[in-house]
Amino acid sequence: MSAALRSKRITNRFLLYLALCLGALFCLLPFAWQLRSSIMTMPEIFSYPPKLWPAAPQWKNYLDVFSILPFGRYYANTAVLVAWNIVGVLFSNISIAFALTRLRFRGRNLLFALSVGTLMIPTTVTLIPTFIEWSALGGLNTFLPLIVPSFFGNAFFIFLLVQFFRTIPFDFDEAALIDGASYPRIMLQIIMPMARPIVAVMLIFTFLGVWNDFMGPLMYLNDSKLYTLALGLKSLLSSYNSYWQVLMAASTLVVLPLLVVFFIGQKSFIAGLTMGGIKG
Amino acid sequence: MRIRKETLWGWILVSPLALGLTIWVAFPLGVALSTSLFQWNMISRPSFIGFENYAFMLFGDHLFWQAIKVTLLFTLTSVPLQMLIAFAAALLLNANAKGQGLFRTIFYLPALIPTMVSTALWLFLYNPQYGLFNLLLDKLGLPTSTWLRDSGMVIPSLVLMSLWSIGNVVVIFLAGLQGIPRELEEACIIDGGSWRHRMRAVILPQMSPIVFYNLVMGIIGGLQTFTQPYIMTNGGPSNASLTLMLHLYKQAFQFSKMGYANALAVVLLLMTIAVSLMVFRSSRSWVYYEGERK
Repeated sequence: MSAALRSKRITNRFLLYLALCLGALFCLLPFAWQLRSSIMTMPEIFSYPPKLWPAAPQWKNYLDVFSILPFGRYYANTAVLVAWNIVGVLFSNISIAFALTRLRFRGRNLLFALSVGTLMIPTTVTLIPTFIEWSALGGLNTFLPLIVPSFFGNAFFIFLLVQFFRTIPFDFDEAALIDGASYPRIMLQIIMPMARPIVAVMLIFTFLGVWNDFMGPLMYLNDSKLYTLALGLKSLLSSYNSYWQVLMAASTLVVLPLLVVFFIGQKSFIAGLTMGGIKG
Repeated sequence: MRIRKETLWGWILVSPLALGLTIWVAFPLGVALSTSLFQWNMISRPSFIGFENYAFMLFGDHLFWQAIKVTLLFTLTSVPLQMLIAFAAALLLNANAKGQGLFRTIFYLPALIPTMVSTALWLFLYNPQYGLFNLLLDKLGLPTSTWLRDSGMVIPSLVLMSLWSIGNVVVIFLAGLQGIPRELEEACIIDGGSWRHRMRAVILPQMSPIVFYNLVMGIIGGLQTFTQPYIMTNGGPSNASLTLMLHLYKQAFQFSKMGYANALAVVLLLMTIAVSLMVFRSSRSWVYYEGERK
C-alpha cells in the first residue's frame, strides 16, 4: 500500500470516529444536563454564570418529587393504563390478523385495506369527534377513552401480524383441520405460539405508546387523581416552573422505566421498527 | 358446510376490527365533516350555519393563515433536515468501526424519551439565562440567543429539537442499508467505482423506497405538531409558533368552538392528503422498486 493511500485511509478513519463522537455528544449532552440539574440546589441552578456540576449532589431532589406532587399515584395510574392496553392489544390483534390471513371469507381484503388505510389518516382529525363521543357516553374523567380503543385492534399491529402470518405455510392449518381441530384451536395452539416475536414487539410498543401519550390524557383526564406521569410532569412544569431541579429529577424518574424496558426488549423493539418501515 | 364455518369464524374474529373502524374512524370522520357546518359549544344546541366556519377561516381568521404558515414552515424545514441527518447518521453507524453497538444505542436513546419529557428538558436547555446552550455559546465566545422567546428563532429552535429525536428514522435507514445485497456493492467496487459512485448507483436507488416511507410518515407527523409548541411557547412569541394543531386545540378546548375546530381538522386532513399526494406523485421519478414488483 502506498504511503499516500495509507495516510488517506487513516484520515478517513479519524473523520469517521470524529463524526460518530460528535453525534454521540449531541445525543448525550441534554441527558447529562438533565442529570446535572436534577442533583443541584436551587441557588446553584440560578447561579450566574451557570455551574457545570453541583458542589454536593442533592439526591433528595428525587424524594421531593414525591412530596410536591403525588407522583406515586401518577406511576400507578400510568401502570394501570399500560396493563389494560396490553390486555386489549393481545385480545384483539392476534385473532383479527389470524382471520384476515388464515380464513377465507368475503370482505376480508377490503377490511384489511381499510385498516391499513387508516394509518394515513392524521389522528388529529378524529380527535374532537372521539372526544364528543366519549362525552356523550359519560367517559370524560375516566380511563375508559384511553383503554377501550385498544380492544378494537390497532392498524399497525394488525399489519405487522398479517405480514408475519402470511409467511407461515398453510400445511399446518390443513393438517390440523384434517385431524378435526376447530378454527379457534388452530389459532390458539398452532399460529399463536409462532407469533411470539411479534407479540414481543406489540408489548413493547404498547408500553412505550401509553407511557409517552400526552394528548390523550390531556384531553380526557381533568381530575388530578387520575393524572398520568406525562400530565404530572406538565402540572409540575406549570405550577413549579422555577423548580428546575425537581422537574429534572421528575423527568429522570419518568424515563427510568422506559430505559429498563428498552434494554430488556431492545432486539424485538428494533425488529418492530424496521418491519414497519421496510416492508411498508 | 365447512366453508360456512370458516366464514362464520372469520366474521366473529374480525368483528372487533369492523366495529372499531366504524366507531373510531368512520363515525368520527362523519362527525368531523358534519359538525364543521355547525356552530356548537357543546352546551347549547348546535345550530346549522352552512359553510360559515370555512368562510371565516379563509377570510376572517388571520390566525388560521399564520398557523398554516407556521405549520408548513416547520414541516418543510424539519422533515427534509431529519431525513438528511438521519441518513448520514445511518451511514456512519453502518460503517466498519469499533464500538458500533454502543454508538447505535446512544444515537437511538433520545427517540425513546416521551415528548413531554424532552419538551421540558429542552425548555430548560433553551433558557436564556440558566440554560446549556447559551452557556456553551458564551464559553465559545459566540453570540447568545433568546431562543424560544425570539419570534425569528422559535421555529429554528423547534427544528433543532426535532433533530435530537430522529432515532426511529435512523434505525429504519440502518436496517435498510444492511439489507442492500452485498453483490451489488461488490460489483461496483470491482468495477473501480468510487464511494460517490457507489452512493449514486447502488445505495440511493436501493434506499429510495425507505426514504419515501419515512418522508410520508415524517410529513404526517410534522403537520400535526402539538406538544412542543403547546408546552414550550403556547404558540408565542406573537404567534410565531402557533401550529395548526395548536390553533385547533385552543379553539376546541379553550374557546369551546367545536364546529370551527372540526372545520380546522378537515382542512388539516385535506392538507395532509395534498402533501402526501404530491410526494406520491414525485415518487415515480425517484423511488426505485426492485424489478417493478407487482
